Amino acid sequence: MLGPRLFVAQRVSAAVMAPLVLGHLLVMIYAVQGGLDSAEILARTRGSLFWGTYYELFVTAVAIHAAIGVRVIAYEWFKVKNRWLEVVTVMIGCVLFLSGTYAVYAVVA
Amino acid sequence: MAELSDELEVAVWQGDRAGGAMRIYSVPQRPSQTVLDVVTWIQRNVEPGLSYRFACRVGMCGSCAMMVNGQPRWACRTHIKAALAGNHLELRPLRNLPVIKDLACDMSEFFHKWQQAEGRFYPTADRHEPVAKISPASPRRAAANKGIECINCAACYAACDVVAWNPGYLGPAALNRAWTLLNDVRDGAQKRRQRAVLQNNGCQNCHSMQGCASFCPVALNPTAAIAGLKRTALRAIRQGQV
Repeated sequence: MLGPRLFVAQRVSAAVMAPLVLGHLLVMIYAVQGGLDSAEILARTRGSLFWGTYYELFVTAVAIHAAIGVRVIAYEWFKVKNRWLEVVTVMIGCVLFLSGTYAVYAVVA
Repeated sequence: MAELSDELEVAVWQGDRAGGAMRIYSVPQRPSQTVLDVVTWIQRNVEPGLSYRFACRVGMCGSCAMMVNGQPRWACRTHIKAALAGNHLELRPLRNLPVIKDLACDMSEFFHKWQQAEGRFYPTADRHEPVAKISPASPRRAAANKGIECINCAACYAACDVVAWNPGYLGPAALNRAWTLLNDVRDGAQKRRQRAVLQNNGCQNCHSMQGCASFCPVALNPTAAIAGLKRTALRAIRQGQV
C-alpha cells in the first residue's frame, strides 16, 4: 500500500537517482579505460568532498527508493500489513542507508 | 442452420462463496456461436439452476463478463472460435470479485470503488443556464473522450493483478472514470477527486502492467488514464492543492 507521501518520496528519489546513475556509469566507463585497481579508485575518492557528497546522496536516494519498492512487494506478495509493514520499510531503509554510508566512508575517509 | 457434428467440452465453475467445483458439459457446436449461446444452451438443456448474468446480448450493457479460458471477456461478444483451446472451453466467474453463485459475481465492491474515486459528476451549472461550449479538439476533452466509453463490465478489474494482490486498490475502471471527470471542465469537485484518487489505495499503486488495457472489450486504455492521474497528482501536490 502506497500513500501519497511515499509515492512522492519514491518519485523524487528516482529523479535524484537518474542523473547519479548516469554519472556513475560514465565515470566507470572512463575510469576502466586504462585498467582499474583499488588504488586508482581510492586516489580519486580519498578526501574528496565531491565524491563523498555524490555517493552519500546516491545512497540516501537508494535507501528511500528501494525501501518503498520492497514495502510494496511485502504488502502485495507477502501480506505484511499495518505496523509490521512500517517496520519492514524503515528497517530496509536503515540497513541500506547504513551499509551504503559505511561503504562511502570506506572509500572517502 | 444448426451444425451438430462437433461437440464442445465446456467446463463451468459452479458453487457459491463457500466453494465450488468445475462441471463438464458436452455442448453442440454451431456456426457463429458465442460463449453466451453456450452458457444459455447449458442452462436451458442440462442445468436449469445455472446462474449467470446477461441483458442486452450485443455488448452494450456490460453485465455478462466472465473468465473464458482464463481471460476476462464479454460472453455475448466472444465467438467460441476466438476462445477455444482445442474443443475445450472453461468458464469461471470474474476474477477479483466475490461470487454470489456460479458465474454471477457480487459487483457492489466494484461500484463502491467508483464512488470512492469520486467517479460521479458534480455539476457547476443548472438546467436554466446555457449549455457549456467545449471544443471536442481541446486537449482535456480529447483526454476525457479516450476513456468515456466504459460500460462498467469489470473485465479490466478482473484482469488487474494489483487488485488481486491488494483488494483495497481502487482498480482501473474507477480510476479511468475519475480521469475522464478530472478532464471535464464542467465539473466542480476536482480537488475532492484529486484527493480521492490519491488515497492510500489510489492511482499511485498501479504498476502499469497493462492487463486492463489488454483485456478491455472496448479497447480503452485505463493504464494511460492512471498515468495521467499520477502526473496530475504530482502537479497538484507540488502546487499544494492536495
